[in-house]
Amino acid sequence: MNFLDLINDVDADKLNGESKDKFLSRKQALGKLSNFSKKLAVTALPLGAFAAFSKPAQAQSTDQLVDTLNFALTLEYLEAEYYQKGIDSGIVDSYGKVGGVSAQAHGDTFREIADHEADHVAFLTEVIGNVLGGEPAQKPTFDFTVDGAFDPFNNNAQFLALAQAFEDTGVRAYKGQAGAVMGNDLVLTRALQIHSVEARHASRVRELRGLKGWITGDSTEQSLPEAAQAVYEGETPETNTTQVVDVSATLSGDGDVDNTDIAAAWDEFLTKDEVLAIASLFIVEE
Amino acid sequence: MANSINKKPEDGEQKTGNTISRKNFFKYAGASMVGAAAIGLYGCGDDEDPMGPPMEEAVYLGTGDVGILNYAYALEQLEAAFYIMATDQNSWMQEGDGEIFEAIRDHEIAHRDWFSAVIGSVNEEARIPGLTPNFSTVDFSDRNSVLGAAQLLEDTGVTAYNGAGHLIENPDYLVQAGKIVSVEARHASSIRGLIQPGSFYGSITAASGLDAAASPADILAAAGGFIDDEIDASGLPQPANVYS
Repeated sequence: MNFLDLINDVDADKLNGESKDKFLSRKQALGKLSNFSKKLAVTALPLGAFAAFSKPAQAQSTDQLVDTLNFALTLEYLEAEYYQKGIDSGIVDSYGKVGGVSAQAHGDTFREIADHEADHVAFLTEVIGNVLGGEPAQKPTFDFTVDGAFDPFNNNAQFLALAQAFEDTGVRAYKGQAGAVMGNDLVLTRALQIHSVEARHASRVRELRGLKGWITGDSTEQSLPEAAQAVYEGETPETNTTQVVDVSATLSGDGDVDNTDIAAAWDEFLTKDEVLAIASLFIVEE
Repeated sequence: MANSINKKPEDGEQKTGNTISRKNFFKYAGASMVGAAAIGLYGCGDDEDPMGPPMEEAVYLGTGDVGILNYAYALEQLEAAFYIMATDQNSWMQEGDGEIFEAIRDHEIAHRDWFSAVIGSVNEEARIPGLTPNFSTVDFSDRNSVLGAAQLLEDTGVTAYNGAGHLIENPDYLVQAGKIVSVEARHASSIRGLIQPGSFYGSITAASGLDAAASPADILAAAGGFIDDEIDASGLPQPANVYS
């Protein structure tokens, strides 16, 4: 798992600035629509469902919505390509029977997740481009080996560990943007509908690694090295047990609720910069 | 808005339209989105009188954000009560079930107690009382029956939070709802895996990869079979056209 050591080596401040520019610059926003996006935009989308999007945003400008959805799109590109490569490489079918799940079911899990992520790419591309009239971000070039430090498409454990890190990051990333899209009822609702799908993925992948589906503590308890802590840390770490008030002070005494349960019962958000610092490890500078 | 929180509408006719009772449950159930009928969990078979027993005064959820918080509190009450029963009457369990159910039980209790405290601190008089759950349609000696009900409750929870997010005005409450809904989705995935190893979703729309979202009225109709109380959701904000 030495790839995750890299997370500690990142100069977060430097990376954050560069990443922001890379993902969100107007220059990029004015770039030409990639063929990839165009192709996706016309496939398999329930177009009728988009009509209400045309309603103008109330509290957020269209630019802000486009920026936020492009941020989400970049994460979806990352996940979609990761799982597609997992399928193409055969790694998703190379497992023995794990935890009562057959190799076939294991592979099917990742084929289903890959389908969802590709759908999310297509959906966000459509909303950004054809509904909000913005310019969908282009797909970055990904290096999931992080310069050869890591070999997820030949190593089962690494493939699963990275999948978990991506899914748990994805859940936290969408959550962190809820406020940025709440001015548009439909965009918020669709983002929530993607957010909970990412949480289902995260739960499933965690269980394939022998963990509980919910986040039970710090990186050690995720059976990931401490260096993966960025995925579970941030402004509000996953170990947090205060939700406006100290949750333990609100308890009735029913059940057997301890602070581990409280931490698990609330997922936390990551800020955009925190997410980009993680995602940027896997993006090749051009 | 704040002043109207406690006020129950006096106009009986006006509130009937959004009130879900056992009596009109069947009317709504056909249109509900979570497949309740397919699993066969809901019904009012206990009622001797086809019109149902006379209702106590309906539980009024209130208006605005407090109304939505009460709505969530109602659902969390239901979930907590279910998992308390399912871990007390545990003859249905196979190896491994207990660990997962006890953890989910404790999450739902924490959610329930937290909502009670938060609503109480905002406006204690607006907080709904403890509801009376009714799980008589669940056979707590039968694993399939218990897991089926758990799946339904979790999927309904996800669908409810997804559908109510846009009704919340205060961004802090929205973030809190977001923090909880993804845990409900993690539960839903996990429960599905207990029912059929390898499965983790059900209602996700093919070709869009989206989870479901539904209005409070549809959710309360679907969950109404599990609650003895009549719930009056007539004061909640009106949903936008976001459920297609």
